[in-house]
Amino acid sequence: MSDETPKKRSTGLSRREVLAGGTALSAALFLPKNLKAADFPTAEINTTGLAVTDDTVTIGILHSVTGTMAISETGSVQAEKLAIDQINAQGGILGRKIEYIQEDGASDWPTFAEKARKLLVNDKVASVMGCWTSASRKAVLPVFEQHNGFLYYPTFYEGLEESPNVIYTGQEATQQIIAGLDWVNQTKGAKSFYLLGSDYIWPRTSNKIARKHIENFMEGCKVVGEEYYPLGHTQFNSVINKIRLRKPDVIYAIVVGGSNVAFYKQLIAAGIDPAAEKPIVLTISVTEDEIRGIGGENIEGAYACMKYFQSLENENNLKFVEEFKKMWGDDIVIGDVTQAAYLGPWLWKAAVEKAGSFDVDKVREASPGIEMTTAPEGYVKVHENHHLWSKTRVGRAQADGQYEVVFETAELVEPDPFPEGYQ
Amino acid sequence: MFADYSWPELGAIFAMQGFAGLILFSVFVLMALGLAIIFGQMGVINMAHGEFMILGAYVTYLLSNFFADYVPALFSIYFFIAMFLAFIVSGALGLLVEWAMIRHLYKRPLDTLLATWGLSLILQQVYRSVFGAREVGVSIPDWMMGSLPLTDLVEIPINGIFVMVLAVCISLGIYYLMFRSNWGKQVRAINQNRVMAGAVGINTEWTDRLTFGIGCGVAGVAGSAFTMIGSTGPTAGQLYIVDTFLVVVFGGAASLLGTIASAFSISQAQSIMEFFLSGSMAKVLTLLVVVGILMIRPQGLFAMKLRK
Repeated sequence: MSDETPKKRSTGLSRREVLAGGTALSAALFLPKNLKAADFPTAEINTTGLAVTDDTVTIGILHSVTGTMAISETGSVQAEKLAIDQINAQGGILGRKIEYIQEDGASDWPTFAEKARKLLVNDKVASVMGCWTSASRKAVLPVFEQHNGFLYYPTFYEGLEESPNVIYTGQEATQQIIAGLDWVNQTKGAKSFYLLGSDYIWPRTSNKIARKHIENFMEGCKVVGEEYYPLGHTQFNSVINKIRLRKPDVIYAIVVGGSNVAFYKQLIAAGIDPAAEKPIVLTISVTEDEIRGIGGENIEGAYACMKYFQSLENENNLKFVEEFKKMWGDDIVIGDVTQAAYLGPWLWKAAVEKAGSFDVDKVREASPGIEMTTAPEGYVKVHENHHLWSKTRVGRAQADGQYEVVFETAELVEPDPFPEGYQ
Repeated sequence: MFADYSWPELGAIFAMQGFAGLILFSVFVLMALGLAIIFGQMGVINMAHGEFMILGAYVTYLLSNFFADYVPALFSIYFFIAMFLAFIVSGALGLLVEWAMIRHLYKRPLDTLLATWGLSLILQQVYRSVFGAREVGVSIPDWMMGSLPLTDLVEIPINGIFVMVLAVCISLGIYYLMFRSNWGKQVRAINQNRVMAGAVGINTEWTDRLTFGIGCGVAGVAGSAFTMIGSTGPTAGQLYIVDTFLVVVFGGAASLLGTIASAFSISQAQSIMEFFLSGSMAKVLTLLVVVGILMIRPQGLFAMKLRK
């Protein structure tokens, strides 16, 4: 599964990107593993007054650990702390240990903005790992752009954004949707789709892309229904009846939060067992994290389209899962976003070392082309549009709450936050 | 929309849709009964109602783990014990809360709103600290999962039937308590005239406490039953609170029959509209209609006739 040779990595890239990637690679090769702080005088690597001392650098962690979103964001916080620990164990960044200041966004978007301002203005953090929902990202974006902060954002999201002050370590919508739809069409012969989602920007934009792809790029395929329910909706019996009436080959579900649990429990109670694949249930909103709440037996047999599954069998991931469990306990599960959050500190480290400076402008300049061969998902690379090249994978949910990977794209999928023909 | 379907298919779909409406009705009744007792009979706006429900859900979760680990032989019936225990635990917490907080605020009804809202935040954070921020999965006995095929086309979810039966039982139980028991008589007396009720020897303090406790206990049972159809997490209670208040206020705060009538009309309206329109639109229309009716009839569907 993870037979990625360096040769394979560069396929699918344009010539310019191959060149850019090449320089990044050689730069990374020539940097010594253990950098000494004395070789990098603080005055030279920090010209903008960030919180960098002779032996430490301070970054921010900005997630919700209270409120509704704590369910999802806890995993990201854990992953980021693990990455920071590991980086420190290797000697830190430019010889400096990472210290972090953690702020709680409390699932409240204005609070996110306020805490972001605090981190950037008062604490002068060199970068921030944070946010989860698009709403929180949109809330902090003006703050980051005004104060020239640098944010690593872990969640797969709807795209349509490209900020010079953000690196998006999750997938934008096309990376998550298109390969999965093609897969279900080609291997399962699915022709008709019922699109379902929670009623806010991410499911709506994602379903819009899905609909465009189904109608314009997949021959003989059609959408037989598209529907949205308010966040927190807990009664899905009516829509399940409607699905029965339309008899789609695939239920394409982007239901989030507590609604997810209600949806899958009621689906199976109504006699639509995902394992029977009549219809096939395909989702982009259920990671291993969500399955814990839903219960493996209720979603067994459903397919999810992600870039990372905990069950990925490659050396990076085995090591990552082991260390994650060592730090946070054996019964923990790791979802797609958690892994993406883990990439943040590492990508930042690589960019800082390539730039030889903590200055945000220099780190930003150094970021495109940064690659990470030790990523649990395999291999990723920062695109010029600040998103990551990554593979798309399809997993089949198991009763034990894990996914069995049944498909992965042969090549890395190019991030395309403003997809033409899909707007 | 229906052109391509045969009559038996359509009949089956409509039959199932009818059941979907009834299930929603039962869910609403279960959610609202506890609140109707507290809000209707005591005038206390209990914003922490959802959290009392989730307490019941967590009790069910703990018990399911306990039974799975220690007495797997009895796992198939643990749910009944869990509901009973949920009633006791949520009820006990209700008694405690009434004693510690609510009774000091009877003269300031709006402050109970703030205080119980604060309580709901505290409880959410307690759940988060104890059970973790993530939702927990409650294992349900196999016989309660899946569906019952009535004909080739009509399938009825078993957990839906369970919720319906439970709603009927609890409604009957509350009816009995309210209108056939001594406690019910006292509650109604206090509701009509607190001072006089006290003067003729009714222990109003204890009756209030018991009323609050029973209301919370019923919420706990509802929460326990909802582990079959919904999520169990620290903030899951918030998912129910709006619908619950809607049902109670629309029904007329002081009337249990009104609560049931209002649950029925809202659930049917919503379920039918959900079928023909999209989910969000159904919700919007339902809310609009309810708001419209409440503007014309602020006392709700069924109001108790009182001399003022």
